[in-house]
Amino acid sequence: MKNTILAFTILFAIGLHAQTAEERGLEIAKAAEQADLGFVSSIVNLKMTLKNKNGQTSERSLSTRTLELIEDGDKSLIVFNSPKDVKGTSTLTFTHKIGPDDQWLFLPSIKRVKRISSNNKSGPFVGSEFAYEDLSSQEVEKYGYKFLESNGSLLVVEQDPVDPKSGYTRRLVTYNKDKGYRIEKVDFYDRKNSLLKTLTYSGYKLYKNKFWRAATFNMVNHQSNKETLLNFSDYNFDANLTEEDFSQNALKRAGQ
Amino acid sequence: MNALKKVSNASNRFAKQWAEFVIKRKWLVLVGTLVLAMGLASKGNMEFDGDYHVFFSKSNPELEAFDALQEKYTKDDNVILVLSPSNGNIFTKDNLVAIEELTAESWNTPYSSRVDAVTNFQHTSAVDDDLYVDDLSYETSLKTDAEIESIREKALKEPLLVNRIINEKGSVTAINITVRLPGLSVDEIPGEVTPFVRNLVDDFKEKHPNFEVRTSGLIPLNTAFFESSMADMALTLLMLVIVIITTFILTRNIYSTIATLVVVMFSIMSAIGFVGLMGIKLTPPSAVFPTMILTLAVADSIHILITMLQKMRNDGFNKYGALIESMRLNFMPVFITSLTTIIGFLTMNFGDVPPFWDLGNITAFGMFMAFLFSTTTLPALMAIFPVKTKTKKATNKVRKNWYASLGNFVVKQPVRLTVISLVIIGGLSFLATKNTFNDEFINYFDESVTFRTDTDYISENLTGIYNIEYSIGSGESGGINNPEYLQKLNEFEDWLNEQPEVIHVNAFSEVARRVNRSMHGDDESFYKVPDSREEAAQYLLLYELSLPFGLDLNNQINVDKSESRVTVTLKNIDSPQMIAFSERGEKWLRENTPKEMHALGVSPMLMFSKLGFRQADSMLKGNIIALILISLVLMLALRNFKLGLLSIIPNVTPVLVGFGIWALYKAQINTGMVIVFGMTLGIIVDDTVHFMSKFLRAKRELGYDSKQAVVYAFETVGKALVTTTIVLIAGFAVLSTSSFALNSYMARITVIIIIGALIIDFILLPSLLILTSKKESKTVESRAELNQIILDK
Repeated sequence: MKNTILAFTILFAIGLHAQTAEERGLEIAKAAEQADLGFVSSIVNLKMTLKNKNGQTSERSLSTRTLELIEDGDKSLIVFNSPKDVKGTSTLTFTHKIGPDDQWLFLPSIKRVKRISSNNKSGPFVGSEFAYEDLSSQEVEKYGYKFLESNGSLLVVEQDPVDPKSGYTRRLVTYNKDKGYRIEKVDFYDRKNSLLKTLTYSGYKLYKNKFWRAATFNMVNHQSNKETLLNFSDYNFDANLTEEDFSQNALKRAGQ
Repeated sequence: MNALKKVSNASNRFAKQWAEFVIKRKWLVLVGTLVLAMGLASKGNMEFDGDYHVFFSKSNPELEAFDALQEKYTKDDNVILVLSPSNGNIFTKDNLVAIEELTAESWNTPYSSRVDAVTNFQHTSAVDDDLYVDDLSYETSLKTDAEIESIREKALKEPLLVNRIINEKGSVTAINITVRLPGLSVDEIPGEVTPFVRNLVDDFKEKHPNFEVRTSGLIPLNTAFFESSMADMALTLLMLVIVIITTFILTRNIYSTIATLVVVMFSIMSAIGFVGLMGIKLTPPSAVFPTMILTLAVADSIHILITMLQKMRNDGFNKYGALIESMRLNFMPVFITSLTTIIGFLTMNFGDVPPFWDLGNITAFGMFMAFLFSTTTLPALMAIFPVKTKTKKATNKVRKNWYASLGNFVVKQPVRLTVISLVIIGGLSFLATKNTFNDEFINYFDESVTFRTDTDYISENLTGIYNIEYSIGSGESGGINNPEYLQKLNEFEDWLNEQPEVIHVNAFSEVARRVNRSMHGDDESFYKVPDSREEAAQYLLLYELSLPFGLDLNNQINVDKSESRVTVTLKNIDSPQMIAFSERGEKWLRENTPKEMHALGVSPMLMFSKLGFRQADSMLKGNIIALILISLVLMLALRNFKLGLLSIIPNVTPVLVGFGIWALYKAQINTGMVIVFGMTLGIIVDDTVHFMSKFLRAKRELGYDSKQAVVYAFETVGKALVTTTIVLIAGFAVLSTSSFALNSYMARITVIIIIGALIIDFILLPSLLILTSKKESKTVESRAELNQIILDK
């Protein structure tokens, strides 16, 4: 009995002084969020290239507007420019720190806005290797954290999704501490905890002396050997977008 | 002729010297062959491969087409878990909770990429401009009875579920686990997926004893292949016991039995070494090689031993003398029969089914080694063992009389027997053409295999096991959203649904209709494909955005949305019907759709359906070559062109008789049976060789006329032929107990053919020998003394 008390005392003492891996992980995630704080809004064009294992490709091009919110998750508006038959199709998403996101879609063919009520964020985004949950705003509240290791300026943190409907058991995220905690690489583990995909970021550029943005996202699916490449261009941080630009009316306008 | 005589004298001398050498250096020979057998065995490595792909050669066009389809979409193998609750209703809270649980657990299956069940079915509904997409039954434990009832109604109306995941009554349901194997190791299925699934099922049954669970699908098929290989391998032990008993009965000598056992064991050890050296992965057809080698190798030893013991018992030879004499008399016949058997097995390489290449090559190698050990290890061992015999002639006399009277019976009425035989053979040959190919792979397994009974249950109570897939192209990127394409695809889907063989159709047009309806507030009148390409494309984009992990459309549409996959589930139909159905679908597409939409039907079942035909086509050449080669060997061995030609009749007709009787028995033949012609030819030719050589010897050496020569042949080789036939029948009878039809059918027809061959060699062959000899009796007789037969006993 005495021994147990002693052990607890020691453990408690250690706990006071040393940070747990969980705390360290959360701290890193918060630092990353902090580092990217204040971009207000951005507009960027992107080209998505889908590749199957035989090297056959298929392209889509879209543009994304993002509005930074502090209290709740960011808002985003995506407009498809190609392929031709979906040109003008737009999605408007309100990410929430807690609970499912809200999502609307504008379909120019019928000129209507549809609200998608679904908890599913784990499916592939327009047939690509990116799930919607990989692309949506990365709110700190959406994961549990555990610091794993550091390697020079690189810090690896395990993130466990809070959403039970997530397609992943965990993600291993590699942050670069010296470069504003930008993310260099993410490994995704599927529900049975096998390595499913790896996302690597490259061509980072510093905008406004604060915000690191990668020019290329490369997602490789290790199980299907398919691959999706995202090429970003024309970052614009000076558009000064407001809530008005992320309304259902704005969604309709964007698609026309 | 002098040259020939020299050769035969030389071969006699060679055999004698060989025997003398072996006896003199018996210990050296024994140790040498032991080292050889052990050395080869040490390279042995028996790995099993249960993947059904092994049945198809790399160049198999059906396999290529199927692989191409899987490359375009997703390559998937599956496990179907079929659940039957005892209350006969899936839609109770407890049952749905259990299914939801098992579905969640199924995601943990190694290499799984998708799990489809009734609970996680993505149900789409619409209220005004709100689109709801969600699991049909999520967090079922919180549902009310009314909600459960509404889930039931939705499910039983859902074309994607009924007859695929649930039956029409809602009493049986399936969970389909799609597995994407990296294919890096043969252990992926037997070592990882199968144990996991079995555990999963056991745990589930323990927790929910009110459910019956059955498993089927391509992964269990692979497992069944794998396990039947192992089971057939185990038949070796049974065969070994039979070898011991048979040898003991026939030789009535314990040392002979031990020596035979050593020879067959050495042969099998060497063959195992061959398997390891060649890197062969064993499959159900090739896993029977030990039994094959046992069966065929034991005959060599028995011939040599029986002669030796006869010489000691009847003719008063001492042990060494008898051994040398037996070697002198048997060396050439054993060599010739080994050679023809090896040729027969090697012809399997002409076929299109790799496991039979392996079987042919392993057995051929084993037979070569059996010949070597029978002529080295066997005499060495017999020289070492203290063999003693008593002379007893009475029993032999009785036997000789029996065979002699059969001979006398035949020589009295050669014309009559020939006519009767030919009529029977002709009738059975006609019947033989009535056999049809059937390679339904489910029926490869008999009812003692759980995979078979589970699969039968599924096809009786839930859905079909066989399918055909068509990849329908649109000719342009994004073209699957073209209304004309969708309209034609829809027509194809409707046409398929009208076909009597069809149980379920899964086509992209159904998705287009469903989403269109949802886009119009679930109005049934919009359950049709959209009118414009933009609508279709945008609806699809919306629908895809709302699907969860693993339940996407990537298995149904290709990357650039230019093609979509139609999967047709069929009733249990046999191979010809399967091929006909697939072609009917292809024909419909050709006649009713633009060129881009034409497609070939593909599926594993279709690959198997065509396998028998493909194998038969490719084996034809091999069989003709085997027949020519073996006839040539016979001509050389008999030193008689005419008799060599004549031998074709008793060598070919048993196969016709075999397939004729088979038509009365089953009338359905599979890929495994295609190989029997070449294989049995190599085996049954022995009978002919022995009988004809004795016949010729009697005429040439003893100056008998044809009738006397036939009686002489009966007297001298009658017993030996019956003996070897019994051994062969025993071996193939053991194989015929295999639960795997490629092996058991092949073994059964081989038993029929071997029996047929013996009867033909006892009835038709002597009759023909008498009839043909009459016409040219003078020329034969004048030549008779010049020749000495090398094929003597």
